[in-house]
Amino acid sequence: MSTANLALNPELPPDRLLDGDHDYRSITDTVCQIVERPQPPKAWYVAFAVSSVLTVILFGLVGYLFVTGVGVWGNNAPVFWGWPIVNFVFWVGIGHAGTLISAILFLFRQHWRTSINRFAEAMTIFAVVCAGLFPGIHVGRVWLVYWLAPYPSQHLAMWPNFRSPLLWDVFAVSTYATVSLLFWYMGMIPDLATLRDRATTRVRQVAYGIAALGWTGSARQWSRYEKAYMLLAALATPLVLSVHTIVSFDFAVSQIPGWHTTIFPPYFVAGAIFSGFAMVITLVVPARAFFGLKDLVTIRHLENMTKIMLATGSMVGFAYAIEFFIAWYGGNPYEQFAFINRALGPYAWAYWTMVTCNVISPQLFWFKKFRTTPWLMVVVSIFINIGMWFERFVITVTSLSRDFLPSSWGYFKPTAVDVLMLIGSFGLFFTLFLLFCRYLPMVAMAEVKAVMPKPDTTAKVGNTASAEGGPQA
Amino acid sequence: MTTHSADTPQSHTVGLLAEFASQDELIQAGRTMRSAGYTSLDAYTPFPIHELDEALGVRPTRLPWLVLAAGLVGGISILAFQWWTNAVDYPMLISGKPLFSLPANIPVTFEVIVLSAAFAAFLGMLALNGLPRLASPLLRSVRFARATSDGFFLSVAATDPSFDPQATPAALRQAGATEVETLTESTTQQPLPRFLGMSLVVVGSLAVLPPLIIAGARSTTSEKPRLHNVFNMDFQPKFKSQTTSQLFADGRAMRPRIPGTVPRGSLPTNPEYEFGYVEPAAAAEPAAGDARQWVEEIPLRVTSELMERGRERFNIHCAVCHGRAGFGNGLVSQRAIELQQGTWVPPTSIHTQYVVEQPVGQLFNTITNGVRKMPAYGHQIPVEDRWAIVLYVRALQRSQQASLEDVPEDIRPTLRELN
Repeated sequence: MSTANLALNPELPPDRLLDGDHDYRSITDTVCQIVERPQPPKAWYVAFAVSSVLTVILFGLVGYLFVTGVGVWGNNAPVFWGWPIVNFVFWVGIGHAGTLISAILFLFRQHWRTSINRFAEAMTIFAVVCAGLFPGIHVGRVWLVYWLAPYPSQHLAMWPNFRSPLLWDVFAVSTYATVSLLFWYMGMIPDLATLRDRATTRVRQVAYGIAALGWTGSARQWSRYEKAYMLLAALATPLVLSVHTIVSFDFAVSQIPGWHTTIFPPYFVAGAIFSGFAMVITLVVPARAFFGLKDLVTIRHLENMTKIMLATGSMVGFAYAIEFFIAWYGGNPYEQFAFINRALGPYAWAYWTMVTCNVISPQLFWFKKFRTTPWLMVVVSIFINIGMWFERFVITVTSLSRDFLPSSWGYFKPTAVDVLMLIGSFGLFFTLFLLFCRYLPMVAMAEVKAVMPKPDTTAKVGNTASAEGGPQA
Repeated sequence: MTTHSADTPQSHTVGLLAEFASQDELIQAGRTMRSAGYTSLDAYTPFPIHELDEALGVRPTRLPWLVLAAGLVGGISILAFQWWTNAVDYPMLISGKPLFSLPANIPVTFEVIVLSAAFAAFLGMLALNGLPRLASPLLRSVRFARATSDGFFLSVAATDPSFDPQATPAALRQAGATEVETLTESTTQQPLPRFLGMSLVVVGSLAVLPPLIIAGARSTTSEKPRLHNVFNMDFQPKFKSQTTSQLFADGRAMRPRIPGTVPRGSLPTNPEYEFGYVEPAAAAEPAAGDARQWVEEIPLRVTSELMERGRERFNIHCAVCHGRAGFGNGLVSQRAIELQQGTWVPPTSIHTQYVVEQPVGQLFNTITNGVRKMPAYGHQIPVEDRWAIVLYVRALQRSQQASLEDVPEDIRPTLRELN
């Protein structure tokens, strides 16, 4: 299998999506061998060992939190939303790229998405798992968390307040998690059937057989499947935009200076897509190298993603500037103080870290070298991930630490539990991700086959036919 | 069904499976077979091929209507649910905002529309496709395993009116099939493996236990003390009033006044004005009510401004229970009676004879310190305002006891007899 970097060859047609000389069988082999080979690469074991230890630490700390109380965190007057909420918004944001790739790029007929959508959707679900953990354990009396649900309760004799942004948030994040999971699983059914039909051991036959639900790939099944997929994409597109909008309402509907702004929904959504793509790049570059997927996930795919990051990163930078402009133009002294305090106050270090990582580093993607060199992308993406975490920290903590009552102003200090829980959540994320890489089809084989050029059976030259006749109907 | 050559007593033919070398040949064969009169045709491919829909006459699916219906039902139901829970069953008044306002209820409505439509799309797709179906004659064919990788197959069902065990395979070969295979299905029903059935019974019985235990616990009473798995805030290290304490030598949790100190607001400069009564003898401790000499005259200059102030304060502090006219029918009282609150004592009407007869000082004292269920308002209402309220209460009482002489001369002719 050739791993030559053909995407940069200007003689090839611009709609060419794969590198190397592939037919349907070789696509199946390339993707399935990752799951079927008896041993994963050594790097997988190392990564899995580290991330599972971190996961154990995370759940140990969650247990410690349950028996001790939320005092184990640095949350205290006036900053009652500390790192748990910062981590929640950070992870939910990361979980936006997957559905964007699978739904929005699907509706826009961007065929290049087929090589990376499975991957990004999986990442979305694992990020939403990490995100859902934090507000869940943040409620204090975790054993009463079911009080959030609108159920006819004799004990409470009341209902949740449906006009509260925090309740909207419960509905938005849980709907997003459910629909993402449906979308991901439905997209995977034909590929699970492929794994079932190639399975050589009884365990695999049964496991993949049950997961594939008896898919045969009949023309009638495909017809309904594609319609369902398109409908899910059409439903997920407004959903993905709504989720971070509603998360931003948690802040924007309150009256704290620095939170109470109408720019929050678009600004949060742009930031979410920005951070989500940064995480996709961080994961996909090593994964394509370790698992031999360079022909399927080509430099062209990576370059497209960096362009989206450049666009959304510039939107985020623009939003930062507009926030300051509106603070000045609005003439509200409290708002003005909040923003001057952000840039020059006790958290100035966090603010300027955020600006450096989020505004300056994506601008490097104007240069072709940064858009086409995988390791440079990963470095920039890691900076963007750091910057986006700091963005949520700056928004949450600077505004709360300087609220309306100067006598209660404070400086937030995280505890060791805060820090280890953040690191532990990365452990959980990577553990789930590594299990996904090992046991599930990482690339949507059926979709890639549908957009690849039709093989010419009379003379084996191929690959020059256009990629018309994609999976869209 | 007629007997075919491939049939044995244990199995019967359900159809034929033909393999083709490429998608183009498959599409062509589909067209050929369909024009030859076959109707129960299906094709199997590793990825969707749209020409097959037309070649095999696959009709468009009803799924979009299902999804639309689910979205509408979900959206309307959740909107009605929000209205019923927050505006009807448990009216939740927040900052005086309307109980039901569409913009604030849109986010949840939107999310539920998407959720129900997404479930309809996913489950509807499975149901219309007859999935999950874990075993089928197709999946038993070894050759068919390529259908999910790089094989292209066409099937003809044995139920097709044009199906013929000899002619149909020939027709498929004619259409370009590289291989033709007969699909058979066992006629005898395979019983469920014994261990699977047993484990289903065991798991099912165990799964019923927790809900049964919970339902039993919720519907019976017990004399044993409650189990405290989680302490919440049920037990707190604190002393309540009128209890004992080992901390102090006298064993009392409540502390007596420290000698030589005066509680806030207890050092009067003008007792008539500040308390509404004078003690018979100058004593530090308040005397019993009977011995008090109530103030008979309002110790302030009575002006229309004071009366206006009194009306305003009365309507703020008193009218919620006593009613704006003082009959004891304020909104709080009406609501409590409506809810049948067992502990509710209706407020006294200020027009009751014994209240009318009370001196102003006693009314003032009642506002300051409360009486029976009425709480003390001394900490909320300044002294002058309390006297203003007393003045207004007197005016309200007078309004119910008025005679013709109380009406000014020039207005009397405009009055008319009511009963």
